[in-house]
Amino acid sequence: MNLTIDVEHNGAEKIVSLSGEIDAYTAPKLKETLLPLTQESEATVIVDLQQITYMDSTGLGVFISALKSTKEYNNTLKLVNLQDRVYRLFKITGLTEIIAIETDSTVRGGM
Amino acid sequence: MSTLKLDLQTYKDLMKQYIETQNEQALYNAEQFSKHSIQQNISPDEIINVHFQALMELYPDVPDDIRNSMNFLLETMISYGLAYQEYQALREKQLELQSELSVAAKMQQTLLSTVKPEYNQLDVGATSHPAKQMNGDYYHFVEDQEGSLGIAIADVIGKGVPAALCMSMIKYSMDSFPEKRMEPSIVLEGMNRVVERNVDPSMFITMFYGLYDTKDNRFFYSSAGHEPGFYYSAKEDTFKDIEAEGLVLGVDRDTSYKQFEQQVDPGDMIVLLTDGVTECRSGDDFIEREEIAEVIRHYKHLPAQEITDQVYSHFERLQDFQLRDDFTLVILRREV
Repeated sequence: MNLTIDVEHNGAEKIVSLSGEIDAYTAPKLKETLLPLTQESEATVIVDLQQITYMDSTGLGVFISALKSTKEYNNTLKLVNLQDRVYRLFKITGLTEIIAIETDSTVRGGM
Repeated sequence: MSTLKLDLQTYKDLMKQYIETQNEQALYNAEQFSKHSIQQNISPDEIINVHFQALMELYPDVPDDIRNSMNFLLETMISYGLAYQEYQALREKQLELQSELSVAAKMQQTLLSTVKPEYNQLDVGATSHPAKQMNGDYYHFVEDQEGSLGIAIADVIGKGVPAALCMSMIKYSMDSFPEKRMEPSIVLEGMNRVVERNVDPSMFITMFYGLYDTKDNRFFYSSAGHEPGFYYSAKEDTFKDIEAEGLVLGVDRDTSYKQFEQQVDPGDMIVLLTDGVTECRSGDDFIEREEIAEVIRHYKHLPAQEITDQVYSHFERLQDFQLRDDFTLVILRREV
């Protein structure tokens, strides 16, 4: 299974739309795209995970790296439209407490 | 056919036999010749060279065009010959790496080995299987001076060697904790600082730490983002999740961990696992947590060690004996 990554630059807002599976094979590709975006100046990186059907802990690793680098550069990272199975991973690992996650326009976690 | 000589004469005889009879035996001999050649590291262009010479000896008046075409073919095959040599070298290198890795895996097993404790009132079972050679899962039992049993179970994201190296670090940090009563929240806070300082930002570790007080059968626990275990209540015959939310180790150095407490009655079970268990796949579907609970229920009449072994065999079969992730399962049951 593959991962498709689409990046839309909307001024300071970078919208990253993902589709497919995030696992040990596709995670490096996601990291390569995501990290540079979090290092641009005054960027708000919004990652749309609606089309992600599967993610394992390697994917969490990428988002943790992205969060750390976002903080380092004083930027903002937000994850939106997570499917239940994917959301559960963030919930169990306590990451919903430190990463802004929105599902169906309801903020489930805060910074 | 092991006496087949790999020389021009043999090849010439075999070829002549085939040209004259075109029978199966001659073809079979040709196959044997190539197998032996591979064993002797003879490259494809050398075989063509032998073929060319045999042809010239058998038919000295081969037309010039054919002769030239053979020279042409020989030239074309030279790169294949080089590629073949490279393949041989890589193969040797790979065997070398493999044996180094299996030495490392053995070392890791020794480093991470833990003694399953024996208590009259507590039946303990534990099993851990790596998906590849090295294990990124870890479980450990610690008995403290007050007669309590500490249980750590952890999972490094990622598999293979980096995960295994990381696990060894965890093991040493755990060993350096003082041997008096180890409160789960304090253990995790300490481990969090160790991991945060020493591990690459993209790597993190989930860990559950429980402390079973054997005097009054109370179980204290905290979790750092670890896959929830199950608590089986014998009286109600139900499994419920052991909920203990907390952030994974190594993300934020100032994280604090909540500690929870559970009174354990006779027959009750504490089931701890890693996400290798919940991320098992059968075909394209994931195993739901309820299914795991059902499998444990099915074997619950057995001793704890046998339950863990049976559950592992069950999911190993479901995945066609190909684990996608390291698999660890620990069960504690209060007997009396």
